[in-house]
Amino acid sequence: MSDLKIGAYICKGCGLGERLDCDQIATVAQRDGKAQVVQQHDFLCSAEGVKLIQNDIDNEGVNRVVIGACSRRAKTDAFNFQGVTISRANLREGVIWIRPDEDDLRETTQEMAEDYVRMACAEAKHSTPPVSAQEKGCEEAVLVVGGGITGMTAAIEAAKAGYPVHLVEKTGELGGYVARMWKDVPRHAPYTDPVDTSVADMVAEIEASDNITVHLNSTITRTSGAPGRFSADISTESGSTETLNFGAIVQASGATPYDASQLPELGYGKSKDVVDRVELEQLAIAANGGPIKRPSDGKEVKKVTFIQCAGQRSDKEGHLNYCSGDCCLTSIKQAMYFKDQNPDIETEILFDDLRTPGAPGEDFYRSGQDKMVTFRKGIVSEVVAGSNGPVVKFKDKILDEDVEEEADLVVLATGMVPNSGVDINEVPQNEPGEWEVNVDSILNLNYRQGKDVPHLKYGFADSHFICFPYETRRTGIYTCGPVRRPMDTQQAIEDATGSALKAIQAIESAKVGRAAHPRSGDLSYPIFRKEGCTQCKRCTVECPFGAIDEDEQRFPVFNESRCRRCGTCMGACPVRVISFENYSVDTVGQQIKNCEIPEEWDEKPRILVLACENDAYPALDMAAQQGNSYSQWARVIPVRCLGSVNTIWITDALNSGYDGVVLMGCKKGDDYQCHFVKGSEMASVRMSKVDDTLQSLSLEKERVATYEVAITDIDRAPKLINDMAETVEKIGLSPFKF
Amino acid sequence: MSNYNQEMIEKYRGNFLKEVQDNVEEGDWVKMCMQCGVCSGSCPLGPHWEHPPQEIFMMIRAGKRDEVLQSSSMWMCTSCYNCIARCPRGLPITHIMHGLATYSKRLGLAPKNQPTAKFAQLFWDNLTRTGRVNELKLGLSLYFMNGFSEGIKTALKMKDIGLGMLKTKRMTPMEILGGHGCKDKKGFHAMLKKAQEIEEARIGKSGS
Repeated sequence: MSDLKIGAYICKGCGLGERLDCDQIATVAQRDGKAQVVQQHDFLCSAEGVKLIQNDIDNEGVNRVVIGACSRRAKTDAFNFQGVTISRANLREGVIWIRPDEDDLRETTQEMAEDYVRMACAEAKHSTPPVSAQEKGCEEAVLVVGGGITGMTAAIEAAKAGYPVHLVEKTGELGGYVARMWKDVPRHAPYTDPVDTSVADMVAEIEASDNITVHLNSTITRTSGAPGRFSADISTESGSTETLNFGAIVQASGATPYDASQLPELGYGKSKDVVDRVELEQLAIAANGGPIKRPSDGKEVKKVTFIQCAGQRSDKEGHLNYCSGDCCLTSIKQAMYFKDQNPDIETEILFDDLRTPGAPGEDFYRSGQDKMVTFRKGIVSEVVAGSNGPVVKFKDKILDEDVEEEADLVVLATGMVPNSGVDINEVPQNEPGEWEVNVDSILNLNYRQGKDVPHLKYGFADSHFICFPYETRRTGIYTCGPVRRPMDTQQAIEDATGSALKAIQAIESAKVGRAAHPRSGDLSYPIFRKEGCTQCKRCTVECPFGAIDEDEQRFPVFNESRCRRCGTCMGACPVRVISFENYSVDTVGQQIKNCEIPEEWDEKPRILVLACENDAYPALDMAAQQGNSYSQWARVIPVRCLGSVNTIWITDALNSGYDGVVLMGCKKGDDYQCHFVKGSEMASVRMSKVDDTLQSLSLEKERVATYEVAITDIDRAPKLINDMAETVEKIGLSPFKF
Repeated sequence: MSNYNQEMIEKYRGNFLKEVQDNVEEGDWVKMCMQCGVCSGSCPLGPHWEHPPQEIFMMIRAGKRDEVLQSSSMWMCTSCYNCIARCPRGLPITHIMHGLATYSKRLGLAPKNQPTAKFAQLFWDNLTRTGRVNELKLGLSLYFMNGFSEGIKTALKMKDIGLGMLKTKRMTPMEILGGHGCKDKKGFHAMLKKAQEIEEARIGKSGS
């Protein structure tokens, strides 16, 4: 590595030159920041300005670039230099836009700007330019688990993009649940009539493809590795096992229809003429376009009643709590089976809330109405046997009356239960070296964290539903289709396409040793100083992504291509042996230390704000763009995730005389908004223990505050900072200023 | 009339939605109602109806033939068009209400003493006689709609307005003798007759 040489570049555009004393800032960069090269420019992000910096990198040996201009979120295309570290002092959004332009405030505004330049230089000094991870995988094949409509789509899409695919299906044939349907809800306009399921076409396409290998009657008995170098044992029913290597995995294990025998109150099991929606499909297939006959006596059905939400959206024991999302459309489709064959057949759909999501939804509903399917808002209490067929007892909620109606056939619109494997919180992983296959597991991962991807609410497989729907907490393993949330065929097809692309992204990133997502292309990766490690296992436990395994001596083993570069391990490590090249305990710690703390009699408090760079920091930037303001005492440092905040930063800050610390992360819990899923949660657990630190320093506990901030909190985020400024004013300055 | 009713009952055998679709003006829209209730919420007379529009549509689909056709609800419609303007599915609700009223009258099922229905008949009889509305006669027939003594009472109650109108020549008592008609009364009657023939042919067509 060549000698460290800091080049600081101060922009005077966007009003910076008028509001700030840029010569003074340049002096600070040179004197305090120890920058060897300092330049000012009127318009730094212009081609000329960029050329100036590039020239210094090429000819002057500058390898740590400090840019004192706009926020690190702005002009990233212009300030994109290879082979160097880039530190951004946020003088525009962070100083002149967030502070009012008044003469008597010039002094404090200037102080803010100077501090940010000092901090950026400190960061630069303690960073090294990241080089790609050593661990690179070069497997290109995609493993698709599940041969239903979702898995088939994922396989076809990945194969079309040129990647070899192995499609593993547990049963003896492809097609899954959709193959057992007579027809499907239309996937293209006009959304009027049921259409062919297209399963046969897809099976033919798969068979014809050179890129796809199908493994029928097979399951996965062991999966190990990381993106680019997965290894999976594919075992057939007969007991033979084949071990193959993959670059990424798509889990499309789908859902199982809800067991209607748990619904005796709706007549299922008591009358043969009460069927669930799967059985109705079978009746329709048997009829093959002719009149549908009921099971009990083979009579042609003249009146059919559909009961929506059967065993769903209910708190009763054994029922599903959630809406399965496709049953309304399915019932409309099934009612059309009757109406299209004979318009005189009475078809009645009893619903509480009719929900027809997706592209076909509303049009298909209208088409059902147009075909004279009767929709009735009614709550069914029970279905009993009548003289000629089942009798449905329900309360009509529009007419407010109790009704009893006899039908030839009753169809229960039952829901779907995800095939998400074992719950890793319930089923412990085997000890290293003692492998046992779990027949209920889908992937049989040998990861320390458990055999399958984590489960979400109601047992659905993991998915970052708010931002990145196909991404699970296991990098390189993507869930799609009804295994991750209830959905219909069309949504499952879209899902499968998306996850196939994600799989390809993971493969390509692994090849070049870059992060797959959400920090796509990031070259940095966690570096671990083994001699300092105490084998406390906090990093392996707290990593939200199961990226860290343990070796026989319980030392952490980092799987770089599984890593998302959030830094939660770095925040967790009590002995601080984990760091990234351009993000470490030092890069932030030195920023904290290099902010000037005025003497107590100056009566200028300092408030440290550690803000999540994904949500809170952009919220503060946007607040500045909107003309909001926050206290001139605040010094904001962006962090990759609040989970990467090591408590030493808080202790150091308070020790060195900061008067307050504000931490801004994302929403945690079941409906989290954290980019890194558990980062903000981990942070809040750690921060709940910071009170002890405060007590040991005899400081008031109000001096540290942790908040959940969303990217939309443009008014609230500055207010939280101002609240801390008020608190500091109330309880007085920190006694640690020396 | 009741024969016609019987004929329709036999023809549709409980499929009232189909009957409405075939026979009621704009009746083929009824099946498209999605029961959101915006019409009922928008109706200025909503609280005074026995069944607001949303309920009428549900009753039609539930096959409640007599209850719908004998209801006074659709006669309560004042044609303010709030429901049409607001219906998210674009149903011509006002027109359907009038269509239902007309159909129930044709079947002989309209409520006997419904004031709106009565007034509509008086207006029609008055208008078709000469081709012009005779306001004096229409007013009087309206007063005496519910019997002689009530007619006198109403007339006395309204006498100040009546005298005022006389004084300002807004009304002439001579109209009682027959009043003036339209220019070509014969032609007007011929037009009505032809219209009726067309209407009956249409009903006959769908009724056969």
